[in-house]
Amino acid sequence: METLLENPLLQKLLAPLIITIVIIAVFPLMAGYIVLVERKVLADMQVRLGPMRVGPHGLLQPIADAVKLLLKEDIIPRDADKSIFWLAPVISTFTALSGFTVLPFSHYIFVTDVNVGLLVIAALSSVGIMGVVLGGWASNSHYSLMGSLRSGAQLVSYEVALALALVCGVMMAGTLSMVEIVRRQQDQGIWFAFENYGLMLIPFMIYLIAAVAETNRAPFDLPEAESELVAGFHTEYSGFRWSLYFLAEYANIFVVSAVAVTLFWGGWMRPFPNVGFLEVPLNVGFPVLLFAGSGLACFPLARKLKDPLQAKILALVAVGLIGVGLIFLVPFVNDKIIGVFWFLFKIGLIVYVMIWLRGTFPRFRYDQLMDIGWKWLIPLGLFAIFLNAIVGMLRAG
Amino acid sequence: METSFLPTAAEYLRLLPETILIVSGTILMILEGLAGPRNRKNLSPLAIAAILAAMAATVAAAGNPGPAFNNMILADGFGAFFRMVVLSAGLLAVLCSSSYLTREKADSGEYYALLLYSMTGQCLLSTANELIMVFIGLEISSIATYILAGYLRDDARNNESALKYFLLGSFATAFLLYGVAWIYGITGSTNLEEIRRTLLNPESGASPLLTGVAAALMFIGFAFKISAVPFQVWAPDVYQGAPAPVSAFMSAGPKAAAFAVMLRVYLTAFPSIGDGWQTMIWLTALGTMIVGNFAALTQSNLKRILAYSSIAHAGYVLVAVTAYSDTGTAAAMFYLAAYAFMNIGAFAVVSHFSRTGEKYVELNDLAGLAQKQPTTAALFSLFLFSLIGVPLTGGFFGKFYIFKAAIDSGLIGLTVLGLLSSAVAAFYYLRIIVVMYFHEPGDTMDTITSPAPGIQIALWTSALATLLLGVFPSFVLDYATTSAVLVR
Amino acid sequence: MDPILFFIFAAVAVICAISLIVQKHPIKSALSLIGVMGSLAILYLLLGAEFIAAAQLIVYAGAIMVLFVFVIMLLNAGEEKSPARPSWFAKLLGIPLMIALLGILSYVIQRAAPEGSLAFGEYTGGAREVGRALFTTYLLPFEITSVLILIAILGAVVLAKKEL
Repeated sequence: METLLENPLLQKLLAPLIITIVIIAVFPLMAGYIVLVERKVLADMQVRLGPMRVGPHGLLQPIADAVKLLLKEDIIPRDADKSIFWLAPVISTFTALSGFTVLPFSHYIFVTDVNVGLLVIAALSSVGIMGVVLGGWASNSHYSLMGSLRSGAQLVSYEVALALALVCGVMMAGTLSMVEIVRRQQDQGIWFAFENYGLMLIPFMIYLIAAVAETNRAPFDLPEAESELVAGFHTEYSGFRWSLYFLAEYANIFVVSAVAVTLFWGGWMRPFPNVGFLEVPLNVGFPVLLFAGSGLACFPLARKLKDPLQAKILALVAVGLIGVGLIFLVPFVNDKIIGVFWFLFKIGLIVYVMIWLRGTFPRFRYDQLMDIGWKWLIPLGLFAIFLNAIVGMLRAG
Repeated sequence: METSFLPTAAEYLRLLPETILIVSGTILMILEGLAGPRNRKNLSPLAIAAILAAMAATVAAAGNPGPAFNNMILADGFGAFFRMVVLSAGLLAVLCSSSYLTREKADSGEYYALLLYSMTGQCLLSTANELIMVFIGLEISSIATYILAGYLRDDARNNESALKYFLLGSFATAFLLYGVAWIYGITGSTNLEEIRRTLLNPESGASPLLTGVAAALMFIGFAFKISAVPFQVWAPDVYQGAPAPVSAFMSAGPKAAAFAVMLRVYLTAFPSIGDGWQTMIWLTALGTMIVGNFAALTQSNLKRILAYSSIAHAGYVLVAVTAYSDTGTAAAMFYLAAYAFMNIGAFAVVSHFSRTGEKYVELNDLAGLAQKQPTTAALFSLFLFSLIGVPLTGGFFGKFYIFKAAIDSGLIGLTVLGLLSSAVAAFYYLRIIVVMYFHEPGDTMDTITSPAPGIQIALWTSALATLLLGVFPSFVLDYATTSAVLVR
Repeated sequence: MDPILFFIFAAVAVICAISLIVQKHPIKSALSLIGVMGSLAILYLLLGAEFIAAAQLIVYAGAIMVLFVFVIMLLNAGEEKSPARPSWFAKLLGIPLMIALLGILSYVIQRAAPEGSLAFGEYTGGAREVGRALFTTYLLPFEITSVLILIAILGAVVLAKKEL
């Protein structure tokens, strides 16, 4: 046993392997809960309650959904191109989940750090388009084909704007490695979104808009516009294959948010990284308050529930949350997990913004979509590169 | 290294012709967009001004020869010569195009922009000193020409022409690129002088076999562009289908540039395998002359005749390349210059004569042209005589220098066969003259109008240049001889 | 480890390349081409050219192939029907010529390539090195390529716009 652990190859592989397994195991659950949050937030915006039946306040809804999806009959249309029908969701899921390999969750936790990390994500997302395009084509259905044609055009168009926005960030960082990008922000003591007297906010906004389009989210959800195309490219998919697409979509949302956080929002750093006296309030006070506070807030809710079983579950959740909050009080553990906390918290914020957009914006028309991409975002992106390059050079002297 | 990568003013000057062409092409393109479809103007004067400016820049750049941009291009006398040939061909093509496009109701700035860009590519080819630049220049030149060939896209002939040219051309370029990759693999460089040094250095371990394969692969790419046998099949269809001014340009500009780059690459980079590839070019030259001349005999379409004749003329130039000497290079340069003028002149007549929709391009449609328009017929005859190689025309001295260089290099067999095949060529050129002068005018002559001013300028300029080259050849030949030495 | 990966992905590349030709359906050919591009990217990665590998994926497997597939779908290109009379030339000489070419190539390369001329991870092909080369030594080709792309766009517009 001892000798096996000392094997350098194994050591090199072990930590990434464990992190990979954890990500693959945890992420589907997380995606499920992102959906629950999405449904709850949307419901709140529309003055509804959202899912309430399964578990207290619908807390177990994702698990019920997952079980339902896996038990559904797996249908392949008779005239579909079987091999590609089978392959397409796999491409989507594979590329989406592979994106996690270069995300720096904190300075301790990342699968690997490559020199061209940002490009790896760009490459994976650009190959990931194939999954959507091929899936729609292989279904041999008009709705699916329309959906995948739209998504092909849309993704190719917005990828350019996305890349232009990334170039600005890379210019600030001077490196493509995800970990190094955050380190540079640490050195300069500022999130890149606020660098250059706030001029970097332009590429950040461009990135955010293009990222929403890249993930086929409302208001850019033409590929799956349910009021026109039934469900767009995945109309003919059901059961497990459909859930692969679903997983890929949420993995993509997570990855693009993570890139935004890494490049523009300082990755695992706390807000105001250069203000020393905020260290304790933000790194200890805030998470404790967040978790313990929401835990405490659950108790009155639990008391209102009529079903004693559900009340008990909610109380358990509340205790769990308080426990998580208290962990942040232990200095040793805090040091290890505070990075992950901030990283995920910021991703949560961006995902929340995406849900917010979905709740408040009507879908764009196709020509509007193309206009925004080609006539606004791309010229603006080029302009932002020029502006930030010039201002950056002037600042450097 | 870190401090010296910024180009100097002299280097910018050496790239000035290309810069002028690119900038004015872009301006033309934008003007077209700004004007809108309603109030569009004829933009050909702008294109002409740009080409004249580029010519002036070429002369200025020739005053201070040397490499530029990290040895990417070499603006020497050889390059300047071919730049001038390409620019003259472009100028004449623009002059012919203006009235042609108005006639076909397809006048637009993009046409001239594409023509300018195409010339940019050919100017880059003429001066390229690096295989990467060769490839990029060739692609710029070709892609612009593919589009020009299909410019009147509602015309089925244009579509056929563009598609054939595009598909076969891309295929040929792929061969060239493959050859470049091999060369890079063998020598570790794409710079022509660097390649030459590595190949001549016995310690470098470069295998002559590999080099030969690479050179042959690259030759396929070049041979396609100059329409040499066995890569000539595209030429008649493409020339026939493309708009007449574009065919005129294609047969002169890109061809001259392709010869320029071929000469430079083989003379500069591959002296180590000179003997081996001489045999290959010998065969190609002979095949090209024979196929071009004999196939032209059976044609009745004027554009096809001229296409086959342009194949045959590529064969003559290849004879000069086979000679593999300074006089051979100079002869090839002279011939390409003379050929550009006489061939564009001939195409200008066809472009004028064919009328809207290119209805009249058959040989018999020419019947009686001499009675209706004696000047046009006389000028056409002059170009045809020059293509035959009758004394006092540029074509005569062109052929003379080429075959003289071939004999000097001991290529007696090739010379004899070449002369014989050019005697065959005289037959089909004379046939055109006979139809023009000795046949009664048919009803095709009813609708003919006098040539547009642009065409007239083009005709007279080409005629003047053809005669000048025929009477005072030394003027151009001396320059060619001095600059040919530099390439070696 | 590296040689094993090399052989795996080299084999994948070759198989995909063969499948590209053999497949009857254009979409499947396009998919095979993506396979070739992807495996090539990994081969670049093994040599140490990280930037080129990523660029290969983004440009070829991503952008270009998506457009290929897009066009195939737009044209609704169906399964290829084998021509009624396959050319005797292709039938008779195709495979022998291919084998001959392969033989010559492998013979020549094997004879000409010096021992140990290649090592895994030997090159440093990061973004910094590529960028520096592009903006110093290869400045002119880099800038001129933009003209090339401009022409392609201009050509597409000219051939596709409503009226000349």
